[in-house]
Amino acid sequence: MNVVDWIVLLATIVGIAAYGAWRTRQVRSLNTYLRGKPSTGWGTIGLSVMATQASAITYLSIPGQGFESGIGFVQNYFGLPLALIIVCAVFLPMYRRLNVYTAYQFLGERFDEKTRLLGAGLFLLQRGLATGVTIYAPAIIVSTVLGWPLDPVIVATGLLVIVYTVTGGSEAVALTHRWQMAVIAAGMVTALILLILRLPDGLHFTGSVAAAGALGKLHAVDFSLDPSRRYTVWTGLFGGLFLSLSYFGTDQSQVQRYIGGSSLREGRLGLMFNAMLKIPMQFVILMVGALLFVFYQFAPHPVFFNQAEWRRHSQDSRFRAIEAEHAQALAQSQSAIRAWLQARASDDVAREATARAAMVAASDRAQAIRAEARAALLAADPRAKVKDSDYVFITFIVTQLPHGAIGLLLAMMFAAALSSKASELAALGTTTTIDFWRHFRPLAAADEARNMRVARRFTALWGIFAVAFALFAGFAENLIEAINILGSIFYGVLLGLFLVAFFLRHVGGSAVFFAAIAAQTLVIVMYFSLNIGYLWYNLIGCAACVALSLALQAILPRRAP
Amino acid sequence: MTSAPRPEEPLETESPDVPGFGTWRAVYFFVFGWFVLLVVLLTAFTAMFA
Repeated sequence: MNVVDWIVLLATIVGIAAYGAWRTRQVRSLNTYLRGKPSTGWGTIGLSVMATQASAITYLSIPGQGFESGIGFVQNYFGLPLALIIVCAVFLPMYRRLNVYTAYQFLGERFDEKTRLLGAGLFLLQRGLATGVTIYAPAIIVSTVLGWPLDPVIVATGLLVIVYTVTGGSEAVALTHRWQMAVIAAGMVTALILLILRLPDGLHFTGSVAAAGALGKLHAVDFSLDPSRRYTVWTGLFGGLFLSLSYFGTDQSQVQRYIGGSSLREGRLGLMFNAMLKIPMQFVILMVGALLFVFYQFAPHPVFFNQAEWRRHSQDSRFRAIEAEHAQALAQSQSAIRAWLQARASDDVAREATARAAMVAASDRAQAIRAEARAALLAADPRAKVKDSDYVFITFIVTQLPHGAIGLLLAMMFAAALSSKASELAALGTTTTIDFWRHFRPLAAADEARNMRVARRFTALWGIFAVAFALFAGFAENLIEAINILGSIFYGVLLGLFLVAFFLRHVGGSAVFFAAIAAQTLVIVMYFSLNIGYLWYNLIGCAACVALSLALQAILPRRAP
Repeated sequence: MTSAPRPEEPLETESPDVPGFGTWRAVYFFVFGWFVLLVVLLTAFTAMFA
């Protein structure tokens, strides 16, 4: 990075945060602080929903996913448009009709206070614990690649987001999201154009796409019913629908983005905007990864992209031998790709098939050496971090792009980190204030100024907690995985509560409350006694909550009308 | 503990005030159709390149 990159990075990130704090410094209305400006239009809502969902890890990991496994990951988003249609038709009108600040207030209106506290508590537990990871995960990657000290990066990003979120609340979050999304879009378009321009001579865009396809990176859709396949249309449709419904319908960090606005129409159009754009957007990001795979068949690159981790362990001759083997395999892969392109142009089917087989074999050989490198790292240190796909795109940015573009792309990563973090902090502060503090201080509900002060303090406290957690996360790397598991353990029951509320009108508060407690206990017991993928607990928790609610309602005495 | 309920807002059958669409149901069908089109295009893309 040079001075130009620093100017672009700091001017963009600090500028947007300062603008957000300055423009919203006069917010005095609790409604504006918690729900955003009442005149917010659908464009701002749509961008805000999008910015909340896409964290920095999205832009670091998804190109890596395209590089490593191809673009089939796009199928994971197939359930999202359907979920957003359900949220628009069922969830959003109810939230607006009741004029709630949080999704959990709806549970209180529909059932009772204990169910509301349970829903809000489950949200705070999972989102509160995950909150440090949103700062830590991208900070560790950027710091590792650029050689920056980790703690100042965490503290600086944390403080920036705390300042504008605490100052302007939901209004500041929505306002900054617009500009952060502009930076993100500019960054991705710049990266894609520069990548295409840097594709090897004689290959160009069409040849690179063809090569990526022949090397198995462009298998976008898989209709297979084989349960061992990770990404298929069916897992995307059903799993994606379920996860998106949980996330967009019941997670306050998303609900808060669309319940404001001047009318129901604005929220609905904002969500439909996301329903239409999300799949094409993810496709483009994954294509960047697939094209990077072809690019790196020709450009020199390390056998293991997390070079800091590699250097930490690569002292002996075995690592040197792997590096030499990898360089040799890459040279063979380059020749094989060029030979295949020539065979393809010759219209000789047999020659093309032979050349394609040789190219795939050469590429497989290079990939096998990368696997060998990971195995060598693990042999040297069983605790070594062997997943390097998150480092592919950032390595491309810092080693291949011109100055200025490096600053813009880093600004994109930080904009994404700040945008999702801001929504989380606003949601945590709002839920703590409205669902807990007000519950225990009912007489204070009418004092708007006091509510504002309390909401600001809780938002700041959650921000400080997130920064502190991120600072300590480095000492317990496996915490990140544990928090993802924790999310799956609690998300299912939370969605179950909302599905019962919306679709099973005859079920009352006591039945759903005790069903949720039982379902949560069941999920926790299953987690400690069974060995199944943790994503399944989303489905199990939700199904158990719904089924037990129906069973308990049939047993419990009905309330007098 | 919620603020005062809002007056009834538009139902599914009412106009979304989007040119070309008479009801919200029509908007949802359009978005669903767009999703189906994307899946078809991605399937064709897979058949062409993979």
